[in-house]
Amino acid sequence: MQQSRTKQIIVEMAEQTEAQDRQPPAKVLPTPGAGRRAVAVDSLPGPAGRLTLADESLCIRVRDFNLYYGDKQALKDINMVVPERRVTAFIGPSGCGKSTLLRCFNRMNDLIDIVRAEGEITINNEDIFHPSVNVAELRRQVGMVFQKPNPFPKSVYENVAYGLRIQGVNDRRSLDAIVEQSLKGAALWDEVKDRLDDNALGLSGGQAQRLVIARAIAVEPEVLLLDEPCSALDPISTLKVEELIYELKANYTIVIVTHNMQQAARVSDYTAYMYLGELIEFNDTSTLFTNPERKMTEDYITGRYG
Amino acid sequence: MTPAPPTAIKKWFATGVPYIWLNASTVSLSIIMVVGLVLLIMVRGLGHFWPGPVAAFTYTEATGERLALAGELVAEESVPRARLPDDDVRIPAAMAVVERRLVKIGNRDFFGLDYRWVLAAAMHNVTYPADLMVVERREWGNFYGYLDSIKEGDQIIATQPEWALLQHYITASAALFDEIRHIEKELIGKINYRMERLRLRERALALDGVAAGAPAYAEIAAERAMLEDEYNGFTAQLAGLHKKLHQFSFVATLANGEKMEINFAKVVRAWRPNTMNLADKLVFYFTKLWEFIAEDPREANTEGGIFPAIYGTVMMVMVMAVLVTPFGVVAAVYLREYARQGPVTRLIRIAVNNLAGVPSVVYGVFGLGFFVYFLGGSIDELFFAASLPAPTFGTPGLLWASLTLAILTVPVVIVSTEEGLSRVPRAIREGSLALGATKAETLWRTVLPMTASAMMTGLILAIARAAGEVAPLMLVGVVKLAPSLPLDGNFPFLHLDRKFMHLGFHIYDVGFQSPNVEAARPLVYATAFLLVLIIIALNLTAIKIRNTLREKYRAAEQN
Repeated sequence: MQQSRTKQIIVEMAEQTEAQDRQPPAKVLPTPGAGRRAVAVDSLPGPAGRLTLADESLCIRVRDFNLYYGDKQALKDINMVVPERRVTAFIGPSGCGKSTLLRCFNRMNDLIDIVRAEGEITINNEDIFHPSVNVAELRRQVGMVFQKPNPFPKSVYENVAYGLRIQGVNDRRSLDAIVEQSLKGAALWDEVKDRLDDNALGLSGGQAQRLVIARAIAVEPEVLLLDEPCSALDPISTLKVEELIYELKANYTIVIVTHNMQQAARVSDYTAYMYLGELIEFNDTSTLFTNPERKMTEDYITGRYG
Repeated sequence: MTPAPPTAIKKWFATGVPYIWLNASTVSLSIIMVVGLVLLIMVRGLGHFWPGPVAAFTYTEATGERLALAGELVAEESVPRARLPDDDVRIPAAMAVVERRLVKIGNRDFFGLDYRWVLAAAMHNVTYPADLMVVERREWGNFYGYLDSIKEGDQIIATQPEWALLQHYITASAALFDEIRHIEKELIGKINYRMERLRLRERALALDGVAAGAPAYAEIAAERAMLEDEYNGFTAQLAGLHKKLHQFSFVATLANGEKMEINFAKVVRAWRPNTMNLADKLVFYFTKLWEFIAEDPREANTEGGIFPAIYGTVMMVMVMAVLVTPFGVVAAVYLREYARQGPVTRLIRIAVNNLAGVPSVVYGVFGLGFFVYFLGGSIDELFFAASLPAPTFGTPGLLWASLTLAILTVPVVIVSTEEGLSRVPRAIREGSLALGATKAETLWRTVLPMTASAMMTGLILAIARAAGEVAPLMLVGVVKLAPSLPLDGNFPFLHLDRKFMHLGFHIYDVGFQSPNVEAARPLVYATAFLLVLIIIALNLTAIKIRNTLREKYRAAEQN
């Protein structure tokens, strides 16, 4: 029963991607119920305006990067770049290392004792693994939003002000201003402006996730890492977060890990496909989805994988 | 081959119902035991303060001598005939079970003891005279008898006086007595305290090698002269008050007709229980109960109240809580958050858990050896050299008792804090770190507040354990009778070096060391009941705080 349903979904997905192949991607990447979802997919560049890395200024560079959990190698020889003020999506099956790679960008993996990394990652030409790097400062510049909304058990206001207070900002007036600005930036202001002092744990899943995004952008990072930000959300909340991502890319370099290929197609400018710790293919999103270079990528995005 | 059909009993077992019964019965047994225990000590202890009727009767001694006695019936019991002497002529031969009564006959100065068991069969002419009075005295226990006259000095000023007149004199002398006590304990006590500090200052000057004749000495001398003046003023005032207090006395007749003169200075209160109605009795009961809670003990702790013991217990538990919480929390934070998890941390955890199982008296011995003699002795040498050889901290006291109990209870705080820390979801920590917080900032701003309810749980367990401990306290600071409270109006107000009284030790002392067993017995129960009440109150407060905290953070923990 369950299996047949899964199969059905895979078949549907395959059909869509085939449809995608046939259709000029300039219009809409048709997704299930695309009519109901008002994602601004029109913004996806058509063939004429296709993005190329050569035109981008680069933010993150990964060179010959290897990562080991104890003896097990989780990332193998990763070489890639993340362009500035674009949305870059990592896709791939579970356990392929996309979250691990994402968590390297703000050195979240340092928290795990057995992790060992080799190679180089630079953000704005600075080696983030250099001994002189202040990890807390790095993490302030590279914000992160997790799979499950994780608001602190504090008021909405204090959640957003958290990072600022850590930096020693305690002036009520500037805090007020930044909190409002961040909540507006996260498209949450109208929903919570009357209950800033309520506990953030009372927010719904989608609101909590947008609060977490507001919290992350309140410290004005340069890069925003989103680790499957919508996997715990319902479709409407997902929609809101996706719209938000689209707006945020004007100011931030965004890297998003997602299991949902439609989501990657909808929100990202560039997409990387990873498999078993290797970066299989990295290209601008419309090319990767419509005309993948590698057979493995094609198999995955058309659902023939596994 | 078909298996034999299951019997009814097997079927019943298979339903699972017996296990429900088993579990429910153990729970109900526990509840019955707890409620029963509290009820028992409550009834036995609180009944003591009720003014029972006072009987006058004639009693035939085994020798055949007839006595006129008066007293309060306290208890009754039936004993087999065989337990009493065979040749007791007062007991009819046919009687297999003999009724005995415990009567509080009071008048200890006359009889030598104030409780005695009497044979019901040998009591005759039992009456409850309306004018039979009970007088609670500051010495020699209760007096039972009839009011005869009131005297001023040697002059009889009223014969067969009105009851109200007696009460008037009692109230007046009680007011005088309170005034005298106020002057003695508080005003003169303060002067003594300041004199002692002057002496120490002088001694410290001498130890520092300040030459005699230095202005500092003159200053001290001047201050001392001033204090002495003040003191002399108070003694003169006291002499006058004492004279006034001892001016009046009353004469009363015992049940056997002998007369006795009692000075009003020695009287706490007098009442005639046989004429009291229910309202009077209730008022009397609550007055006595209040006295028990709010007054100092008298007569080797068998009379009066237990206020210093309540105070000492609460003080000690609070000081302990203040010491144990930061200590345990910091230790737990290091163990859980910073230390590399491995065989060493596991070993430390095992050691910490085993600490909780060490008999408490061992901690007492440790406290005496390490805290009192070593630490206290060193502190004295360093900071209180002036008062040596009299020790300040080198002797058992409140601080050492609290510290000893803090060590005794620190394992529970560590264990529950660690558990709380491990319950804080990883996502919350990562969320904080991802915002640029360091590990310490994350701990301080997010993790520790979320662990607060677990810390409170540890503290609740610690309080419950500490408030009930007696054995280690006997070695490190508890005394039978403390002259002053550990918190008073003299600078520096909280005297951590002072010895204190404790309800647990009070129970032990009254129950086992009291010269007056019958008088002490109800007090043991009453004190025990109060101790239980205090522990419950302390716990309820902590639980209330914890629940508030838990409510605040519960949703986050479920993530």
